[in-house]
Amino acid sequence: MPKRRIRVLIAKPGLDGHDRGAKIIARALRDAGMEVIYLGLRQTPEMIASAAAQEDVDVIGLSILSGAHNTLCRRLMELLRAKGMNDVTVLIGGIIPEADISALKQAGIAEVFQPGTTMQAITEFLEAHIRVGE
Amino acid sequence: MKKGHIGDSNVSGRSPSEGERRWEEETLKPVLEKSPERAAQFTTVSSYPIERLRTPADLASWNPERDLGYPGAPPYTRGIHATMFRGRLWTMRQFAGFGTPEDTNARFRYLLAQGQTGLSVAFDLPTLMGYDSDHPFAEGEIGKCGVAISSLADMEALFDQIPLGSVTTSMTINSPAAVIWAMYLAVAEKQGADWKTISGTLQNDILKEYIAQKEYIYPPEPSLRLVIDTIEFGAERTPKFNPVSVSGYHIREAGSTAIQELAFTLRDGIEYVERALRRGLQVDEFVPRLSFFFNAHNDFFEEIAKYRAARRVWYRVMRERFGARSERSWALRFHTQTAGCSLTAQQPYNNVVRTAIQALAGVLGGTQSLHTNSLDEAWALPTEAAATIALRTQQIIAHESGVTNTVDPLGGSYFIESLTNEVERGVWDYIERIDALGGMVAAIERSYPQREIAEAAYRYQVAVDRKEKIIVGVNEYVSTETPIEILKIDESVAHRQEERLRRLRAERSGEEVRRRLEALARAAEGTENLMPYLYEAVKAYATVGEICDTLRVVFGTYEEVAVT
Repeated sequence: MPKRRIRVLIAKPGLDGHDRGAKIIARALRDAGMEVIYLGLRQTPEMIASAAAQEDVDVIGLSILSGAHNTLCRRLMELLRAKGMNDVTVLIGGIIPEADISALKQAGIAEVFQPGTTMQAITEFLEAHIRVGE
Repeated sequence: MKKGHIGDSNVSGRSPSEGERRWEEETLKPVLEKSPERAAQFTTVSSYPIERLRTPADLASWNPERDLGYPGAPPYTRGIHATMFRGRLWTMRQFAGFGTPEDTNARFRYLLAQGQTGLSVAFDLPTLMGYDSDHPFAEGEIGKCGVAISSLADMEALFDQIPLGSVTTSMTINSPAAVIWAMYLAVAEKQGADWKTISGTLQNDILKEYIAQKEYIYPPEPSLRLVIDTIEFGAERTPKFNPVSVSGYHIREAGSTAIQELAFTLRDGIEYVERALRRGLQVDEFVPRLSFFFNAHNDFFEEIAKYRAARRVWYRVMRERFGARSERSWALRFHTQTAGCSLTAQQPYNNVVRTAIQALAGVLGGTQSLHTNSLDEAWALPTEAAATIALRTQQIIAHESGVTNTVDPLGGSYFIESLTNEVERGVWDYIERIDALGGMVAAIERSYPQREIAEAAYRYQVAVDRKEKIIVGVNEYVSTETPIEILKIDESVAHRQEERLRRLRAERSGEEVRRRLEALARAAEGTENLMPYLYEAVKAYATVGEICDTLRVVFGTYEEVAVT
């Protein structure tokens, strides 16, 4: 039975306009055979949560370079929990200080990818951690 | 538009001298047979191919009197001043801003005390997007990427005890640039500084926002109207102020090549000039006050060639396309910032070295002012200690390296001159393509520059992933390390800003604010210059958010079609 492809939502939450990384990752994951929805810039946590529910994604990838990651991630995780979407894997990439990582993971972020992460490392992480049904 | 005539024969028909041929046969060939080179092809950080050796054969049609000229004279390849850094060093202008206006004011005064010669304000994202600190979208972002400015009261605190009559200030803001500038002018007036003599630079380059940086509010047409309003107002009222800094920096940071950075930026410059002419301004009346802003990336010679080509292209654009007569219109002035995107989170002290090399390229390329990034910026905004090393890097180049002793020391190098010619040719090709699309706004609407940049950014990342491009400490020479100390902006900044705004709204005349905003809305519906209306509104302590909202109602807002 053919496996369903991994569905990924990539979004830029908050006001940050640096979209180089988000767009590169969207393309890399697509090239790796995943289904990628790039939601684009200036997405509120509410918009991201509802798009994730609507698109029934396995993964949400957030890119934040503005320093607003703590506030935005906490809010998104609350919304996902409220919607009962506990099985969605949420990842974040960007300018994230080391000191913030443990709190982000405690809030439910599965992994934090810092500058210098290869596209391959992210692809492999998803392939290893995401189990999709048929 | 005519194509570049310079060095066209380099592409083909290269005829090496007898000596060069002999060297190839007798010296090079045996060496290559014994030990092949490290790679089949050598390329710049922009993936531009670089030849093994440049010789006089590469410059056969190059005429040094015509194509190189002399410093301070057309075509300005060697720089815009006759004595360059022997006369005056570049302005050391470190971009700074974080937290509340008081926090940034303290950093500014510290930097000035350390020998910095100009100010450069970084605003936080809510300010850049035209939201007040108490707007729901501002949550978590206040004071993080820069200083939070919501009203004239904040601006007064930002420049407290800093004399705007003698300090020059650069302000990195775009969509709300006219609003922030109105505040700056109001502070200057309150300090008793003369508008005719105050100087500084407003970034105010909205086109590159749609192309790369993405901090836009309104659609292109009303946004461009605001830009031209500031150019027109400035030409009359603030003759020493630069109303627009046409910026390639962010285009490069978004992943473009060096040629794309330069081409899109110069074409943006052409767009502003065309629109200001349509407004009825004379070319030599405002172009001397347009300046440029470029990135300094890792590839040393490519960057130097880029700055040299920039001056030569702009000179010809001014002479041939716009018929400018003033030498001040012909000479392209620019600010340089080292490449933020080149900084690594890994082994951050290596960033000091990268920044030094990049800064040196800016200096050898003849920059007018320079910002050097701090070693910790792949983690957060810089600490005071890191910002000090960055400034010291410039001072070491200026006073210890000796590169300032002579003008354009690389001029006449076969390699630099060939590369300058090639960058120039690449730029003209892009300019022609964008002209053919109907100009930059039409090109942006078709996502043409956005697509070119995304493509280049992806190609580069693939090369890094494959280790075709080595980044020390990232994909090679990796080692374990201990985290460095970084600057933290806590949420108390947000609370202090919210409290200040609450007080402001209670104390100002609500009636006066309403009247000024209504007048602004009416003017925005017509065609008048909006600067005087913005000025009156900020003086009544209308906030950035209130003013931008007023214009949102009239102009509408912009949403991009995302290209991945």
